[in-house]
This record gives sequence, C-alpha cells and structure tokens, in this order.
Amino acid sequence: MAVITYREALRQALTEEMERDPGVFILGEEVGRYQGTFRVTEGLLQRFGEMRVVDTPISESGIAGMAIGAAMIGLRPVAEFMTFSFALIAADQLVNHAAKILYMFGGQIAVPVVFRGPAGGGAQLSAQHSHSLESWYAHIPGLKVVTPATPADAKGMLKTAIRDNNPVIFMEHAKLYSTRGEVPQGEYTVPFGVADIKREGRDVTIIAYSQPVLLALHAAQKLAETEGIECEVIDLRSLQPLDMDTVLRSIHKTHRAVVVHEDHRNVGFGAEVVARIQELAFDELDAPVLRVASADVPIPYARNLERAAFPSEEDIIRAVKRVLA
Amino acid sequence: MRAEVLVKKALPDSLTPQRLVELYRTMLLIRHFEEQCAPAYRQGKMGGYMHVYIGQEAVATGFIAHLRDDDYMLCSYRDHGHAIARGTDPRRIMAELFGRYTGVAKGKGGSMHLVDVERGFLGGYGIVGGMVPLAVGVGYGIRYRGTDQVCLCFFGDGAMNIGPVHEALNMATIYKVPVVFICENNRYAMATPVEFASAVPSLAERAKQYGMPTRQIGGMDLLEVYREAEEIIRHVRTTPEPFFVEVLTYRFEGHGIADNPTNQALYRTKEEVEYWRQRDPIVNTARFLLENGFATENELLEWDAHAKQQALEAVAYADASPEPPLEELYRDVYTDMEVQEWR
Repeated sequence: MAVITYREALRQALTEEMERDPGVFILGEEVGRYQGTFRVTEGLLQRFGEMRVVDTPISESGIAGMAIGAAMIGLRPVAEFMTFSFALIAADQLVNHAAKILYMFGGQIAVPVVFRGPAGGGAQLSAQHSHSLESWYAHIPGLKVVTPATPADAKGMLKTAIRDNNPVIFMEHAKLYSTRGEVPQGEYTVPFGVADIKREGRDVTIIAYSQPVLLALHAAQKLAETEGIECEVIDLRSLQPLDMDTVLRSIHKTHRAVVVHEDHRNVGFGAEVVARIQELAFDELDAPVLRVASADVPIPYARNLERAAFPSEEDIIRAVKRVLA
Repeated sequence: MRAEVLVKKALPDSLTPQRLVELYRTMLLIRHFEEQCAPAYRQGKMGGYMHVYIGQEAVATGFIAHLRDDDYMLCSYRDHGHAIARGTDPRRIMAELFGRYTGVAKGKGGSMHLVDVERGFLGGYGIVGGMVPLAVGVGYGIRYRGTDQVCLCFFGDGAMNIGPVHEALNMATIYKVPVVFICENNRYAMATPVEFASAVPSLAERAKQYGMPTRQIGGMDLLEVYREAEEIIRHVRTTPEPFFVEVLTYRFEGHGIADNPTNQALYRTKEEVEYWRQRDPIVNTARFLLENGFATENELLEWDAHAKQQALEAVAYADASPEPPLEELYRDVYTDMEVQEWR
C-alpha cells in the first residue's frame, strides 16, 4: 500500500488505462498544456501527446458530443468537465444522446465513454459553481453514476469506468483532490454496484457517498468517543447501479438509518434510498429514516451562509441522535 | 426549361449511364417508400412523429453514392431516404416504422431513429443538431486511427440556429476532422422560414466563419448533387479537413405527418410548392435519361412499378412481422446490466 492523494490516484488510473489500451484518450478544457484545472491530468500531454490528451475550447456540448461520437466507433474517451456545474450545458448530449443510443438503436451501438470532473462545492464558489446534481444523472436510464470518496476507490473505480461499455458519470469532489489514503499497488479495479462499509457499528446506519462519507466518518468517530454511539458508515460509492443489499443488511442490524449527501434534500438521491428502505425493510425500522443534505436554496457566497447551507458533522450527529431518541 | 438545361450537362466522368440508372432507381424507391408511409400512418400502423423525404431524394442519393463501405454517416430524424440510399433493406426500415421486432432497431427506435451499423449508418437523431457534435467525434476517431474514411453528417436548416452545432463546426476545424456537414436547406424549420430564423440568409456564408471550405449547391438536380458531392468527399478524404455544404432543396410534403395542407397554408403558398414540384428530381432525372437515350419509356415505367412493388412488399413484410417481445422493454438499457423490474 502506498499513501497518495485522490488526485494522484485518478492520474494513476488514467495513466495505466492509457498505457493498457491505445483507444483511451482524454479531452476537455485545460487538460493538456495547462496540466488540468485541478491538476488531475498533470504530465499526461507530455507523456501521451496531443492526439490522446486533447485540449478543447469552452464548448461543453461539443466536448460531450465529440466524446460520444468517438465512443460510438469504438474508442474509449474520457471527457473532463471542469466542474459538473458546467455539464448542465451538455445535458442534451448526456441525456438525449449518451444515455439513449444503445437502447434506441436496438442494442447495436455501445457508448463506452466516461464523463468525469468535480461536483459539489464548499470553496465559496457560490450559486453557479457548486452543484452536485448526481440525482439528475441517476434518474436517467442508460447512465451509470459513481461517486468515489477515497483515493483507493477513485483509482479502482476510474479504471472500471474506462473499461465499462456504457456511459459513466464519474463524479469527483473538489474538496477530495488533496485528501490522502492508502491505495493498493499494482493492478486492481473496484466494481460498480458494491457499497463499502467504511466503519462498522451496531446502533445507526449512516449512508453516504462522495465527500460526505468523510463527514460521516468524523461524526461517527465523535459519537463513539463522546456518546458511546456506534455508527455503521456505508459508502454507496456507486449510485447506478445501487447496492441496496449492503444497506439492508446493515439496517437488519441497526434498525435505524440516516442518509447524508451534499446535494439538496428536496428530490435528492437520499429520497430514493429512503424510499427503497421503507419498501424493502419497513418492519425492520425502529425510527423514520432521516436525510442530511444541503439546504434547498441556491448556494450562497458568504462563508457563514455557505457553511450553513451544506451538511455538517453537527447535522449528522443531530440526525443520529434523533433516530435514536 | 429546366429539362433542356439538364440535357446539356454532360455526365460526370465517374458516372456511367448504368450507375445513373441505379441512382435514379434509388430515388424512385425512396419516393415510393415514403408514399406508403402516410396511408399506413392513417391506418394506425405506425405512431409517433413521421417525417418524409419527398422532394429531397437527390440530396441523400447524390452524396451517399460516393461513400465506401467503411465510411460513416449520421442524419436527422428525416432519415428514411438516407437509410434507403445507403442500401438498408426497405422491409426492415418499414418494420421499424411499424414498431416491429424485425425492424432495424428491433422496433425500439421508430421512424426517427433508423440505424444500420453494418453500413456505417450511425443513426437518425431526433434532437435538432444533436448529432452534429457526434459527427465531430466520429471524425476525430477516424483521424485517431489514421484511416482515410469519411463521415457524412446530414441536418436541416433549422439546426443552424442551435448552439451545439456551432460548437461542433468550430471544433471540426480545430481538429481537422474528415466530416462533410451537409445542411439540407429545405427552406423551413417546421413552419419557420430560413429568412426569418437566420440573421444571415445564406447558411453557407455563416459556416464560412469556421475556417473550413464551404459551398452552396442546388439539391434538386441529381447530377449536380452527384458532381459536387464527388469533389467534396474526395477533398475531405484526401486533405483531411471538414467541409460545409448547404444544399438548396425542398420538401414537397409537410414537416411531419401532422403538418397537413391546412397547417401548411399558414406558412407557404400552393404556388410555391408547385414551383418546386416543377423541379422534382425524379421527373427531371427521368427526362434526362430519356432524352440522352439512357432509358426508354418502357424501362422508366418498369422501374417505377418495381420500386412501388418493393415499397408494397416492405409494408407487407412489416405488417406480417411480430411486435417485439415484452422482455425487450428491459433489454439494451446497459450492455452488461439488468434493469430491475419493479412492477
């Protein structure tokens, strides 16, 4: 095991996959000469050349469409969105094209493309740069949606995404890029649709994904130390496909659950998780399942307001105590 | 007289009389195929949107004639003619329109989403201009592999007013992709005339700003389309760089099945339609064949009857074909993953 950052883990995955498969190429804004806005693609242009590390104009629809078209004839493009907030401009390409081509052409044209980049906020980027919106993508049949929280998962899941024959929405988080973690050495992948128990516990199940997994782990640590409450923290890792079995097994043990995400609460992905829990394990529940998420407001700029808008460790602790009350 | 003008034109070197006859018969097949659609639609044999290509046959026929087997093409939802010109079995196209399992997409795409992967036809698309960025990707893929394939991308005049098309044209030149952007200007985006919707009336003029060669050509004369397309496709295949061509054409029928003559009266006159019908590419090509001794009256009648027969056979085939089995509902969402049935 080596300890590396989330950013380095992503870069390793890209490098290894580009070396393994000559059909893999990267395109996006500032991915080449500028070395990547968040430095994920640092050094790749020098290593692989401009045919495989393609700088683009600021044209999200063009980038997405170009990636889809190249994928349709068998290449494996990895398109970077500078942030997923900008992917909104490419929504038609993602939803009406990438997600539909296999189905509407009767299963004859696969679209093995990865759309990756940071989602979420938390750096005072205010209203237009702080979106999560994973529930929008998870809502669309034909897309896979993954949201790794640790360097090991980031690497293993990006490799899986690149090898997948379907369009994959690969959501990173700007606040995760510099986080560090142990990453196995050598070849490995992390499958989609397998949640990971990041901390075991018997009292309450906390279900999270992406950066809020770290929040949940901190909250669980604090609850254990100060209150003797043992939370089980499940990292969904992948939203489509979604591993409900791991969630349900945990609820059979704890009978209580809290779902945490950074996206807005209203019609957020947590609503789907809660709905499935009550459909599949209603009799196991000793308390209503609660959601901890962003306030249902545009994300504000002022530091104090932004902090109040995003879910916090304290919010999670409060929710855990409520389901135990 | 239009016909006299045509007669004076020589056949391009690469076009033998025999090949011209083949292309003429392709246009005939498209026409007859399309003419079977409206009655079938009215009988409830098809649903959804249905857009026919009557009047524009020379465009797809004249361009696709120059494709090699390994070339690619994409087009808009007005796609029946393109599929027929590419050689897709008309029976399987009609079956798709009927929503049958024997259709080109197993009945899951319908009229707007024809496809023929074996012939490099990467599909008809229902979002105006949506496939233009895809064509850039296909072109990039060709360059990436270093082959001398080309990709044709057909779209309408309406597509020139949607943003992603302009992103795509710009990127096409940046990456020097071997794509021919074929803007079939049939004068109306549904009911909105080009002169209203485009700040600059010449669409070729607008495309010029993207630094690629552009041309405006007539689309009602098969020989003209054929000759221009030959030069353009050769240029793109050998340069390589993209090319934008605006083809002036006309649809004789409404935008879609719902755009009936009463609705059409809201945006165009009968006289205008008549003016263009006088330029019918099929009638004109027939006259050219006759006057140059490339065909007899009898042959023309025979070919017409044969094309009609093929269209009728397509209808019969579609009619006799089974609907897709219900399991198909859950197939093809992902290549490798079952979708959970929740009912």
